[in-house]
Amino acid sequence: MSSIGTGYDLSVTTFSPDGRVFQIEYAAKAVDNSGTVVGIKCKDGIVLGVEKLIASKMMLPGSNLRIHSVHRHSGMAVAGLAADGRQIVARTRSEATNYDSVYGEPIPVKELAERVASYVHLCTLYWWLRPFGCGVILGGYDRDGPQLYMVEPSGVSYRYFGAAIGKGRQAAKTEIEKLKLGDMTCRQGVIEVAKIIYGVHDEAKDKDFELEMSWVCDESNRQHQKVPDDLLEEAKAAAKAALEEMDAD
Amino acid sequence: MDHHPSAETQRTLYPYVTGSSVVALKYKDGILMAADTGGSYGSTLRYKSIERMKPIGKHSLLGASGEISDFQEILRYLDELILYDNMWDDGNSLGPKEVHNYLTRIMYNRRNKFNPLWNSLILGGVKKGQKYLGMVSMIGVNFEDNHVATGLGNHLARPILRDEWHENLTFEEGVQLLEKCMRVLLYRDRSAVNKIQISKITEEGATVFPPFSLKTYWEFSAFKNPTVGAEGSW
Repeated sequence: MSSIGTGYDLSVTTFSPDGRVFQIEYAAKAVDNSGTVVGIKCKDGIVLGVEKLIASKMMLPGSNLRIHSVHRHSGMAVAGLAADGRQIVARTRSEATNYDSVYGEPIPVKELAERVASYVHLCTLYWWLRPFGCGVILGGYDRDGPQLYMVEPSGVSYRYFGAAIGKGRQAAKTEIEKLKLGDMTCRQGVIEVAKIIYGVHDEAKDKDFELEMSWVCDESNRQHQKVPDDLLEEAKAAAKAALEEMDAD
Repeated sequence: MDHHPSAETQRTLYPYVTGSSVVALKYKDGILMAADTGGSYGSTLRYKSIERMKPIGKHSLLGASGEISDFQEILRYLDELILYDNMWDDGNSLGPKEVHNYLTRIMYNRRNKFNPLWNSLILGGVKKGQKYLGMVSMIGVNFEDNHVATGLGNHLARPILRDEWHENLTFEEGVQLLEKCMRVLLYRDRSAVNKIQISKITEEGATVFPPFSLKTYWEFSAFKNPTVGAEGSW
């Protein structure tokens, strides 16, 4: 599967003979090696969840946030190189506040996704810039309802009902496809996302992880915020219980 | 391209639509603030329903007199400030002292460029039980006190407050005191309108009450037959 791009993989401005840009594919590998990030669109909003792999026991829980608000109505979960992700979040916030100050209304999620994608793509066009080593799941709630977008290091962005990136994305996507998202509220969605993330976490390969979740839904007044502590605890408990059930089989 | 725009076209020289005095005091649970809802266009009382007091974030209340468009611009700056503060999502939020300082910086820096925001601002709030009440003028003068006022309120309302304000006023006492000040301003300030709003901020949050009017008394004997003794005048 991984071909050697000898000679054609040194610069993002070089195509290989079979029409691939290897640097972009290598950037995607950085995303594939990071902790799983999941996003789902429920009938009344969006839920984002991150499997935050803990690098050291000395780290304070709740630090190194991977989910960021980019405006009142939208948030972004980042997978891949954390420093690259910070840059994308900063740019997205700037785009959102700029739109608001020019047009007087919160930026439509579609527009925001296009701007993020365009910025990520920009960094794949020049030899003196490297592509971003991170993928982003953007969820927001505007006049057209809740929407979920994913932006990859290549700069493509699509709209999704459910998306997953990172290590456990294949397993996560399978689980998401089993859910009936159209009938689910975000409150239920939070529990499901927790179960999925606990489910795809590889105990053997990776050490501890911290579950980080956020939502934008009718219940949160269409504001993007971290899932309230009591619901988060409920979700973690349900996820752990579901794991034990699976182990018991 | 013009890289050196002429300085003259970029200065504020006079205000156009202005709000009159704002008065505020500390009371037992927080801050009480009062202002009328008028916007004057010179000597014309052009706009009668302008809200000149707005909550800022979770802990502060901003009242402004002077140029209304500059007040609206200040609200936009503060809106962005509070948005970025919220996006940190770190359990902290900007309190009245911080917002007051931010406003002072803005006003002073604009004044230094000879392009002021033509407002007198009152910033009051409560955070973690600490009450705060401050003022910033258009030239960047700022201070804190137990009671503050802008414009003519400094001359007409502050003396009343100096005499009658004390620590731990109840909400009712505070409102009565503010109404007394606003009544004097209504009688004596040409740019006052009889549509007053009171707002309060406490640890629980801010409330801007709906406008009401003050009762005024015009039955003084000196007002009857005003031309007696000077026939031909009005």
